[in-house]
Amino acid sequence: MGAKKFPELDPIIEKYRGKKGILIPVLHEVQNRVGYLPDDIQKHISRELKVPLSKITGVISFYSFFTTEPQGDHTLGICLGTACYVKGAEDLVDEVKDQLDISEGETSADGTFTLTVTRCVGTCSLAPVLMVDNKYYGNLTPADISGILEKYQDSSQEGN
Amino acid sequence: MDNREVLICSGTGCLSSGAEEIEARFREELKNKNLVDDISVKKVVKKTGCVGPCSLGPIAIVKPEKTFYGKLDIEDVPVIVKEHLQEGKIVQELLIEEDGKKVEEYTDLNFIKGQKQIALKNIGEIDPSSIEDYLAQDGYQALEKVLTEMMGEQVIQEIKDSGLRGRGGAGYPTGLKWEFTANAESDEKYVICNADEGDPGAFMDRSIIEGDPHKVIESMTITGYAVGAERGYVYVRAEYPLAIENLGSALETARQEGYLGENILESDFSFDIEIRVGAGAFVCGEETALIKSIEGERGMPNPKPPYPAAKGLWGQPTVINNVETLSCVPEIINLGSSWFAGIGTESSKGSKVFAVAGDVRGTGLIEVPMGITIREVIFDVAGGIPDNKEFKAVQIGGPSGGTIPAQYLDLEIDYESLDEAGAIMGSGGLVVMDEDNCMVDVARFFLDFTQDESCGKCPPCRIGTKRMLEILERITSGEGEAGDIELLEELGEKIIETSLCGLGQTAPNPVLSTIRFFRDEYEAHINDKTCPAGRCTSLAEPYVIDPELCIGCTQCVDVCPVDAISGEKKEVHVIAEDICISCGACEEVCPVDAIYQRSNKEEGDKNNG
Repeated sequence: MGAKKFPELDPIIEKYRGKKGILIPVLHEVQNRVGYLPDDIQKHISRELKVPLSKITGVISFYSFFTTEPQGDHTLGICLGTACYVKGAEDLVDEVKDQLDISEGETSADGTFTLTVTRCVGTCSLAPVLMVDNKYYGNLTPADISGILEKYQDSSQEGN
Repeated sequence: MDNREVLICSGTGCLSSGAEEIEARFREELKNKNLVDDISVKKVVKKTGCVGPCSLGPIAIVKPEKTFYGKLDIEDVPVIVKEHLQEGKIVQELLIEEDGKKVEEYTDLNFIKGQKQIALKNIGEIDPSSIEDYLAQDGYQALEKVLTEMMGEQVIQEIKDSGLRGRGGAGYPTGLKWEFTANAESDEKYVICNADEGDPGAFMDRSIIEGDPHKVIESMTITGYAVGAERGYVYVRAEYPLAIENLGSALETARQEGYLGENILESDFSFDIEIRVGAGAFVCGEETALIKSIEGERGMPNPKPPYPAAKGLWGQPTVINNVETLSCVPEIINLGSSWFAGIGTESSKGSKVFAVAGDVRGTGLIEVPMGITIREVIFDVAGGIPDNKEFKAVQIGGPSGGTIPAQYLDLEIDYESLDEAGAIMGSGGLVVMDEDNCMVDVARFFLDFTQDESCGKCPPCRIGTKRMLEILERITSGEGEAGDIELLEELGEKIIETSLCGLGQTAPNPVLSTIRFFRDEYEAHINDKTCPAGRCTSLAEPYVIDPELCIGCTQCVDVCPVDAISGEKKEVHVIAEDICISCGACEEVCPVDAIYQRSNKEEGDKNNG
């Protein structure tokens, strides 16, 4: 059986080929491009960069930023750092779970949102904080959640 | 226009409160009025890094008067342009009021004037994307001085004499680290800047890289010269995309302008820097784990010795400093070690950046001289506790640190005093907590964090923190037993003694320090099955409805998240006490104040009687 080809990853592989200590930057770039790191992509990287597959899988499972599951169109990251926790971030998590009927790490049925709970995102003065992709929403209460989700639901549908 | 400049704070805090819209409106307004052309608008309206007082955002500072306009609304922009920029009059009604007085200059704000800025000096003053702005603040002057006038060992001596200690954790003397690395025999050495700022509650390193990236580059290059390294890495968290972007473009500019790369400033010295992005593992803030991560491995720590100064990245001598530590270096070279050593206390020199957050009015970044008291920081600089609540405790140093109670408010902050009080300087996260916070729950929160972030390599940390967390979860859910406190103390001490790296060696601190100062709260949870702060919901007292007051409006039914309330319209409602989680939502909406907790009512009756 021939191995699956990923020509779209060639530029990334070529950029790093032969350099040392580049596994994590490669995984970052591939995940940025593909969205996640499934088995066949891990095997491809392993063959191309001559890194044992066990090491690649080990690295992916160690770092929380890497994921082997497809993600929703938008990632909701609720910060559970100290300041956010003190300011009631857990109520935000409950509100999102209720509204989207998903748990942490899961993707909503329509594929719009993936819910994650993150470590401190470093915007403690805005606590509690929700990140949608790279955008920060601060000083939130559970009542703010539905308005924020609606904004992204609309744009996703337009995109479809 | 009289050479006026508008500085728009574009730190992450202000960006999320609408700074980009404010900036765009300033540009638009200036162009519409034909006050500037397309080219000079960039020189008039500048984006800066984080000014510090995030709770006052969005922020514009107009120079040369240094007028501070905070909490801006988009409609305030045309007013400022017309009255201040065109007519030269400060817009009084848009100034922030403090202690009953309008504050004009931003350096007169309570939040700013108590500070002594060294690491944060340029931030908020300069456009991070402009090397000219950095040069105008004496940027790269220290590098030039070092390359033309000093030998490596003189640079190291200067840093040793300054008394600078690490700002990221343990507080090790920076000059000694440099000396060990310089003295190690090898042709290949490395400089690493640790920007894996993982402590929840700390965000100064992010702010420095975002707002003053050239300073990080200059400091690392000086370090490289001092220890004899030609290559440096900045290890940044993936959670900081703006920092990665700003540093990346600053690196390019620095190379083009000859401050980085081959033969820097036409000297024999060559040095270059690469960015490495983390991937969400707290333990990588530990230096040996960080090195593993740069090498492309799982970020697991190694026993020390050997220290990185002897055997670090790819087995070569490596010096690792945190961002804030490095940011003090150019000022020390420019102004001299005795200037720096003249600030602070006997054992702790210079100033320290604290990230103030939590239940406090003025949140944001402040840099204060070592030796200042905790009370001055929280009440004078940051404005105290909002909503007429009482100060209960301040958590210093994140998951490695401790919780300091009110009786220590007058403690003078330095490495040793914090240590004695059961906290650590750590990275300088300072989370203020008011009376509504439960200290057992806070301890549980931190253990939950460290337990989850433990890399699993050594059993004391992997298993010990897990067992501690289980005990704390039992206590907060009302199943605590006699002897739990002593067990936590014993376990904690063992984990500190036997863990492999700094993560495990400090993980029990939040528990031990809360037991030390708030033992009565632990006892209340265990013996009386109550949470004095009312935070641990499974221990909290259920609400009841006064049948004589209830009008049957059904509002409480609608808000109850667990459907504990029943009753027909216009009839008396009842709360099922075994379902009620004591969240208080019903009490808030009740129009006739019929809902209460028994103990609160008794207390109220007593006070009224």
